Amino acid sequence: MTIFRSLRVRLSQGKQFITDVRAAKPTGFRGLPRFAATACAPDCAACVASCPTGAMRLEPLSIDLGRCVFCSECVLACPEAKIEFTTEPRMGGTSREALVVTAAAEAQTQIRAHEAFGKLFKRSLKLRQVSAGGCNGCELELGATANVNFDLQRYGIEWVASPRHADALVLSGTLTRTMKDAVRLAWEAMPEPRFVVAVGACAISGGLYDGARGVERGFLDDVIPALYVPGCPPHPLTFVNAILDLLGVA
Amino acid sequence: MTSALVHREATSDIETLEIGAWRAELLARAEAGLRPVTLYGRREGERIVLTAVHQNSGSLCVSRTSVEPARGYHELTTELPALHCFERELHEQFALRIAGHAWLKPIRYEGQDQAAMGSYPFYRVEGKEVHEVAVGPIHAGIIEPGSFRFTCFGEHVLNLEIHLGYQHRGAEARLLERDPRALAPWVETLAGDTSIAHCWAYCAAIENLAGHEIDPEIDLARAVALELERIAMHLAGLSGMSADLGFLPGASTYGRLRTTAINTTMRLCGSRFGRGALRPGGNGIQLDDELATLVRDNVELLRRDIALIDDCFLSARSVRHRLAGVGVVSTETALQLGVVGMAARSSGVEIDARLPARGVHDRYPISSCTEPSGDCWARARLRIAEIDASLAWLARVIAEPHGWKPQRTPLPALAPSQLAIAVVEGWRGEVVHCLETDAEGALVHYKVQDPSLRNWMALALAVRGNDISDFPICNKSFDLSYCGNDL
Repeated sequence: MTIFRSLRVRLSQGKQFITDVRAAKPTGFRGLPRFAATACAPDCAACVASCPTGAMRLEPLSIDLGRCVFCSECVLACPEAKIEFTTEPRMGGTSREALVVTAAAEAQTQIRAHEAFGKLFKRSLKLRQVSAGGCNGCELELGATANVNFDLQRYGIEWVASPRHADALVLSGTLTRTMKDAVRLAWEAMPEPRFVVAVGACAISGGLYDGARGVERGFLDDVIPALYVPGCPPHPLTFVNAILDLLGVA
Repeated sequence: MTSALVHREATSDIETLEIGAWRAELLARAEAGLRPVTLYGRREGERIVLTAVHQNSGSLCVSRTSVEPARGYHELTTELPALHCFERELHEQFALRIAGHAWLKPIRYEGQDQAAMGSYPFYRVEGKEVHEVAVGPIHAGIIEPGSFRFTCFGEHVLNLEIHLGYQHRGAEARLLERDPRALAPWVETLAGDTSIAHCWAYCAAIENLAGHEIDPEIDLARAVALELERIAMHLAGLSGMSADLGFLPGASTYGRLRTTAINTTMRLCGSRFGRGALRPGGNGIQLDDELATLVRDNVELLRRDIALIDDCFLSARSVRHRLAGVGVVSTETALQLGVVGMAARSSGVEIDARLPARGVHDRYPISSCTEPSGDCWARARLRIAEIDASLAWLARVIAEPHGWKPQRTPLPALAPSQLAIAVVEGWRGEVVHCLETDAEGALVHYKVQDPSLRNWMALALAVRGNDISDFPICNKSFDLSYCGNDL
């Protein structure tokens, strides 16, 4: 009997949703980096040399989460073992500058809740995802935000099929030349008020493909994202928390 | 030794045949039942060096020719349809004249401008009541962009043409801009849902060029990561197919089981997609007793719960009704077109780079599955069978004690004037990486081939004669990569 088969599946499923999305820490995840307070060895630039995307800077030692692909090459390269990736998934910023982590900064990058965003979208936010040169890593993780584990819909936030229905354009990928027109069309089709969320190192900075032959990032010169969600790809918890932080949802 | 299928040859040992002799050799190889693995070009001065690679049971063989772009050669696609995408790519990349080819349309608009993309010459069907449906490049879901043009008579699809290139980043060119031993982060994003397969092919090829032998346990850890990736992506595919056909228990349950699979990968290497898991000369994978217990428990949970939802999925008449007989690729078509991987195995063609059992696949044999019918039902059943086979394999491996730590040996310089080819059976199919060094040992060519390049045409043909409303199911059953094609 089909109904018994379905019931067995339902029973095996149990409760899958993460009850406290705001506090959840995915065990084993390479998330928000942090620096030990010890001094760097004189003239050492091993971390900078090891970084595939130029995310590391010296004086002061810092890492740009907008470029970081969380590969941990810098951790291996550092002779002082100063760099560590914690399991903290909550990262992001409302400006590019807010993505730069230094030894002095607080352990967690802060997304300032924006009153206007909260007022407009706190109870209902519709997202339209567009990939332009994404490798399907960000796309799969964004899709996962709506699965039974992360259950983004519980906050009144939903993915929609048409830009006409959307409040935010969630961009992933490095922005290819061949998607230039389509991205702009999708943006122009969206009713105001509207905003852009840049997801992943590729969308935020070009990432591993910054300056590659097929890349043209002009759209993001014209339309500045209201929210940056770092990662390669970002964990679903990183995305969900970043959106909730922006809207000021407790 | 690595369990990937690797072939290396000094470039001086590869005879450059006259174009006529080369064509004859390719035809003779097809006659002898050798399977074409890849065909690609490389500019050398004014000429283009063409390299064809064939598989002969467990080994690879190479044949070369050199042609002037303006002079070119007479097409082989009519006689060997499996070469269709390669000849299109050669024409696009080098403006190589391929006389007589019926379908020299761009593969990905490499190096061309957006304006050319807008004037793509779609195939037209004339007729009073024939109409066209244009879909994309942006689709309704959270997926990559690509454009589909359906020519329909009512609901009935007469022809589907798939027009890609929207994801073209210039990835292959980028691979020549950096230290060839430090390309892993880029390789992992060539097609980011099959990072392990691509990274393994890269590691196997570059380690071979550097003359570095890896430890069998490092090799085994790579195979474990690869099977976890296969399980996770097959679960994602089954979840997507369930959603597309309105079977909600499948959509949610396969989806949450995928979470368990990718979280297992994350515990081993820090990333749900296996980023950082493989590196030339070693791995970033850890496994101690505590983690081994966790992996064993997760594998056990997956085997138990997947069996329940499989039973539900396979016995639901609504599922079977929507999938059976839809989107058929016959064995003959699959062989002719050179379809690879799970799509080929679903059409009864036994291609699996893990089969010529070397290394870990000799130590722990893995069973390869096939389905005869070539429809969406076969592709769903095959994915279910492959999940079972991979879980059984993992259970056997993890039952024995292993201790893995992140470690790597820096690779020495690459051997000069060599061609290395590595093939790894990713979850979609064979991932092929071809690397060539010059007389100084510098990497001068890096050809990447995702299985999607060869399989997109199979999807186009599968949809012919079906209702347009069945397209999403057909598309999801192939689950092809856009960026893997567009690079």
